[in-house]
Amino acid sequence: MLGHFIEEEGVPTASISLIRLHTEIIKPPRALWVPFELGRPLGPPDDADFQKGVLLALMGMFEAPDGPRLEDYPEDEPEMTGEITVLTCPVDFAQAAVDPGEADPLQVAFRREMTAMRPWYDMAVAGRRRTTVGVSGIDLEALGDFLYAFLGGTEPENPRDDIPLAYTLKFAVEDLQSYYIEGVTAQPGQGGASGQVLTDWFWDETVAGKVLLAAKKVCQASKDEGMSQMAAHFLVPMEVAHRNEN
Amino acid sequence: MVRLEKLSEAERDITQRMAQICPSFETRPWVGGPPLSRRRVAIITTAGLHTRHDRPFQLVQDDYYRVIPGDVQSNDLVMSHLSSGMDRTGYQRDWNCVFPLDRLREMAQEGIIGSVADFHYSYNSSRAKEDSTEPIQEVAGMLKKDNVNAVLLFPS
Repeated sequence: MLGHFIEEEGVPTASISLIRLHTEIIKPPRALWVPFELGRPLGPPDDADFQKGVLLALMGMFEAPDGPRLEDYPEDEPEMTGEITVLTCPVDFAQAAVDPGEADPLQVAFRREMTAMRPWYDMAVAGRRRTTVGVSGIDLEALGDFLYAFLGGTEPENPRDDIPLAYTLKFAVEDLQSYYIEGVTAQPGQGGASGQVLTDWFWDETVAGKVLLAAKKVCQASKDEGMSQMAAHFLVPMEVAHRNEN
Repeated sequence: MVRLEKLSEAERDITQRMAQICPSFETRPWVGGPPLSRRRVAIITTAGLHTRHDRPFQLVQDDYYRVIPGDVQSNDLVMSHLSSGMDRTGYQRDWNCVFPLDRLREMAQEGIIGSVADFHYSYNSSRAKEDSTEPIQEVAGMLKKDNVNAVLLFPS
């Protein structure tokens, strides 16, 4: 759609198509359908040659004499078959129970898990010279407690004055996932996992995933419609929410 | 994974339902141009990217896009797309999965393309046809002022 309007204004465009069915209807001037995972229009991460191949095919469409044109990229992305195996210390519920300051075992486990991920996250940032954490604007040191506070049913104070609390929550949820995914993919032998494997690992196997599922449940019952809608639709992937309903 | 048979049932269902609201157009615009080696290339992404200090995207009226400066570095960008289902794990490892500016810079150095634009643009997600025209025309005007003659559109 963007391609159609921009081309009408006189600027040539070429689009990557992720869902061929939609592109067949919209008929943008030039579109290259790619059979890659959603969210990866250029294919796999850290594969410059593959990404360049996709770009050359896409920009090659500028040489075509007429259109609209919809072409199929002939190559599947290299299969990512890696698994995620994280050795975690069992949570010492007894110890947590005798410490009056940290009486909630889930919170203790969450803090411990976040702390254990920190050296790997720091290594990821140093190696990649970037992080995608930060959209919420909340410091990593405060992120866990900010999210955990929603589980108590009393909404925490919004640390930002430019967006509603529901959005701050949403972006904090994304920051937490970024922190874990960046960290875990920096661990030895864990860089080859697909998006699906990483997503399943985060939501099914981490304490962080359990905390966010609990936060969704609490916030969905909020009297603030913006908060309840955000929690209902935008915090947890639909499939993950469905399989945790029962 | 965007072969339909690889989508989950729920994703396939959404894909089919969205197809029913996809806009179609009566006109078929087509603009030519010079060889690739003389093209000036800009990126438009719908992945909700913006610079770290820019305003995050929200579902509010009259707020459509963000401008990404051409000299942006990978650590300058964050993503505030609202979708919970969009896979961000590729982007979290390598921004070129979504926003291939490193690749375009290399291709400009190699002479494959003419140059990379001074500005790129980011949308939060697809917009309905009827409320899209004006802000897109704005962006098109800026692309022309930047002498861009090849726009690459990347969905999320």
